[in-house]
Amino acid sequence: MGDIAKLIGKRLGLGLVILLIISIIIFFMVELLPGDVAQAVLGQGATPENLAAMRKQMGLDQPAVVRYFGWLAGALTLDFGNSIVTGKAVMSIIGERFMNTLFLASYAAVIAVPISIILGVIVALLRNSIFDRVANVVTLTSISSPEFFLAYILILYFSIKWGMFPSNAKISDGMSFADLLWRTFLPALTLVLVVVAHMMRMTRASIIALLASPYIEMARLKGTPPWKVIVKHALPNAWAPIINVVALNLAYLITGVVLVEVVFVYPGIGQALVDAVSKRDFPVVQASCLIFAATYILLNLAADVGAILTNPRLRHPK
Amino acid sequence: MTKKKDVLLKIRNLRIEGYSNEHWVDIIKGVDLTLHRGEVMGLIGESGAGKSTIGAGAMGYARDGTRISEGSSVEFDGMELTTATESERRALRGNRIAYVAQSAAASFNPAHKIIDQHTEAPLHYRLQKRMEAQEDAMQLYEKLRLPHPHEIGFRYPHQVSGGQLQRAMTAMAMSCRPDLIIFDEPTTALDVTTQIEVLAAIRDIVDEYNTAAIYITHDLAVVAQMADTIKVLLKGEEVEEAPTEEMLDNPKEDYTKSLWAVRSFESPQRQRPKGEVPLISLQHIDAAYTAGPKILDDVSFDIYAGMTVAVVGESGSGKSTAARVITGLLPPQKGEVLFKGEPFTPDYRNRTKDELRQCQMIYQSADTSLNPKVRISEIIGRPAQFYSGLKGAALKNRVDELLDLIELEPALYYNRYPPELSGGQKQRIGIARALAAEPTFIICDEVTSALDQLVAEGILRLLDRLQNELNLAYMFITHDLATVRSIADEVVVMQQGKVVEQGPKDEMFQPPHHPYTDLLLSSVPEMDPNWLTTLLEERGVDNVGDAAAAKIAT
Repeated sequence: MGDIAKLIGKRLGLGLVILLIISIIIFFMVELLPGDVAQAVLGQGATPENLAAMRKQMGLDQPAVVRYFGWLAGALTLDFGNSIVTGKAVMSIIGERFMNTLFLASYAAVIAVPISIILGVIVALLRNSIFDRVANVVTLTSISSPEFFLAYILILYFSIKWGMFPSNAKISDGMSFADLLWRTFLPALTLVLVVVAHMMRMTRASIIALLASPYIEMARLKGTPPWKVIVKHALPNAWAPIINVVALNLAYLITGVVLVEVVFVYPGIGQALVDAVSKRDFPVVQASCLIFAATYILLNLAADVGAILTNPRLRHPK
Repeated sequence: MTKKKDVLLKIRNLRIEGYSNEHWVDIIKGVDLTLHRGEVMGLIGESGAGKSTIGAGAMGYARDGTRISEGSSVEFDGMELTTATESERRALRGNRIAYVAQSAAASFNPAHKIIDQHTEAPLHYRLQKRMEAQEDAMQLYEKLRLPHPHEIGFRYPHQVSGGQLQRAMTAMAMSCRPDLIIFDEPTTALDVTTQIEVLAAIRDIVDEYNTAAIYITHDLAVVAQMADTIKVLLKGEEVEEAPTEEMLDNPKEDYTKSLWAVRSFESPQRQRPKGEVPLISLQHIDAAYTAGPKILDDVSFDIYAGMTVAVVGESGSGKSTAARVITGLLPPQKGEVLFKGEPFTPDYRNRTKDELRQCQMIYQSADTSLNPKVRISEIIGRPAQFYSGLKGAALKNRVDELLDLIELEPALYYNRYPPELSGGQKQRIGIARALAAEPTFIICDEVTSALDQLVAEGILRLLDRLQNELNLAYMFITHDLATVRSIADEVVVMQQGKVVEQGPKDEMFQPPHHPYTDLLLSSVPEMDPNWLTTLLEERGVDNVGDAAAAKIAT
């Protein structure tokens, strides 16, 4: 067990280093943009004196490095400063929205991950059959269609023609959990359609790649039925690549859903980011980027750890 | 020996086709086979003879990309397998017909404990409850003399050594007490010392339960120990079949005779020239891979110009590491390598072109050491160009000359690619590539172990001829003592990174030996069908294999 703890510790340390590097990139990229916050707040018509006074007030006359560490120290306590548009704390703007995004992502993931893996196992078992081909064509079609297009199709049928689910996924605090699930079903379904193909095909490919292994032939020659060969002998050795693809898709669910949020008017972090960029609300942009980066790193870390934990050679050292 | 009782397996006109290049081609071309209860039949032949395919076919199983043709008949205990449904066939597998694969390390599922894989079939067929099946597994482990029989099954495959795994797999095949076991080269991947244990174990258990077996191997001496009858195969067809003793004493067909005669080649032994400095001299070498344990421990030996030194030992004994030190791939931690009495630059990156050319390598697997996408002319031409600066017509002449040297017609092979060649031809290209540098010294790393015996013999003869013509020195890394006997002038025996014994070949094959050399020599199977029985009587069952090697090491 000690070895695994050490491995995980190492990965975690590496993740922190990467996050630090990303924070540097995010901070200084924003610095490189023409115009600064003072300019943005005061507008084009501001006099140089006013600008200088504003900079002093906001601490912008300090060297960039000093401001970076100040920002980083704040970020560690989840204090990203104040929005320059509304003046409210950044966290109060994106905190709740990030939670909403997490909710939608989890909703989609809870549906998509089991479906993809079960489908992947079934198509691996029935490889080259009609079912395999149909599943491939359907999932490939859904992954190749732009997500807003899928979203509009779903709205057309599920809300306009059949009236089963609302097309507007606006949620508020007082809603019951069931109501939440009902209101956000269509955006979640859109996301499911987008991510299932990738995970299913990886599950199928990883399992089929193993079917040529001597231990699979051994299992067959022991009289093991085909489904058991796949589920018991192939799947346990196929987890590492599957977990990696799942993690990538989960990260996508959190960071890549701007279009879906916009179509369904869902109050997620993606929309907040778009708003902030168009209004040059730098503190909000920086905070959102850092949260996205942390999400990516955390999920990839989880995938690495998952791959390690499912490898018996590492789990049971000699 | 033969127990002529009722027929268990009757194969008639077995034809199996394989799919290649969008055509179905016959791999097995009408083989008949009759096996009685409790009888052991050896199937031998070179690679491509179709031994394993027949073995699988005896279970009614066609590997992916193959199919059993119409008109074939495989009758197991009165049941016709070729017309049976898949689930009827499956119900026999693991239950009444079991399979033991070549590489236990690859054939045990890394994700499950050994005992869980062992009990899978008995549980699936509801022959035993889990606890009973586990109890039974432990008893089988004990019978097969596995260490800690009550505990070893609860380990994962990678936690157990290769020889032990192979015995565990034999135990697994026994789990449902089948009527027939197919052994598919069960000891080919093992060291000779380990092989004995496995052979003894298989023979005991097959005798005890009166199980019939098909024993597939390319090693004649092994099959002589195991089988009641031997069937010789060539390219999917039967050559001949006879009881073991008769087959060994009096083979009828020319092909069989040629197989038997393989071990006849022996190059005359050369003696060290007096008063000369050795070409290569290893002096008290210690070596290790980064931060790992010491792989070589105070290793010293000399190789003289024009002579062959065979370095023998089990896997992990440090043979290949010694070669890496000489080539400069792994600079030693202590000690030095001398070339003609002068220090040889330790790291290959700092060696001059002339130093680099002196020492070339030929690898075990010609398949992976030749780039499949590069023409033969370029594979051989590159080193000629690099070391000798040849260009244009001079380069082409040199490549032709090299192809002549390795007995391949230049016009035919000049423009071909490695995948178009046979295993033996590829290995010849590997030799030509080494010769292109005009070396004085060549390291041959298990160059014949991936080849069939007849082909291997051709390679050995070629190497011997080249040595005489070009005055080459060889370091021959091998675990096959028959190869040592046929080509070596001197022998170095290594165990666990140390040289335990060295000397001229004739002395090494005469007692007295270091106990490890003795163990190694006595572990090499001989053609005599009573060899294993005699050896076990002489040494005792606990004094062979890993156990004996471990005793010597401490």
